[in-house]
Amino acid sequence: MQQTLGPIGHLLETKLHAAFAPAKLEVVDESNQHHGHAGANPSGESHFRVRISAADFHGKSRVAQHRMVNDVLADELKTRVHALAIEIV
Amino acid sequence: MTIHEQIDKDVKSNDIVLYMKGTADMPQCGFSGRSVQILQHLGVPFKDVNVLASDELRQGIKDYTNWPTVPQLYVKGEFVGGADILMEMYQSGELKQLLADKGVA
Repeated sequence: MQQTLGPIGHLLETKLHAAFAPAKLEVVDESNQHHGHAGANPSGESHFRVRISAADFHGKSRVAQHRMVNDVLADELKTRVHALAIEIV
Repeated sequence: MTIHEQIDKDVKSNDIVLYMKGTADMPQCGFSGRSVQILQHLGVPFKDVNVLASDELRQGIKDYTNWPTVPQLYVKGEFVGGADILMEMYQSGELKQLLADKGVA
């Protein structure tokens, strides 16, 4: 079951919108699939999936595309967000 | 030897290295487990490095690659990607091709 986004999820959305003006953006909180797993935060919002489509990604390698997303969300990845699945669509 | 030198040596002296949480026999994370399965499906030997073995390594590999998450796959000293990239490349056949191109499959 998909969770409603909390404050961290909304923050990720806001940052990605600002950085890439994406044609398509979906941030999914998958934390409940990792309940009790090492790194999972008991209050949730630790595991996310991002589906994003933006002109900036065209012609870049997968590693480069993922780095662009990771860079924008670097602060969150260092602290609260334990796992981020990225789909460039 | 610094952790950076250790990682550099490992990725350059082994054809395929997977930095992961847990071991190939006992992965401690779903993403790491899926990456192991992909390599096993492709039938290629690889060195598994458990980043949970030390905090220094766990942080060191993120810094070395400039990549915030684990697992991380290296082929012939070159960073290929994390779990999502491996899955995409596996499904499209690109990973098999890459391994063949690098002469390790």
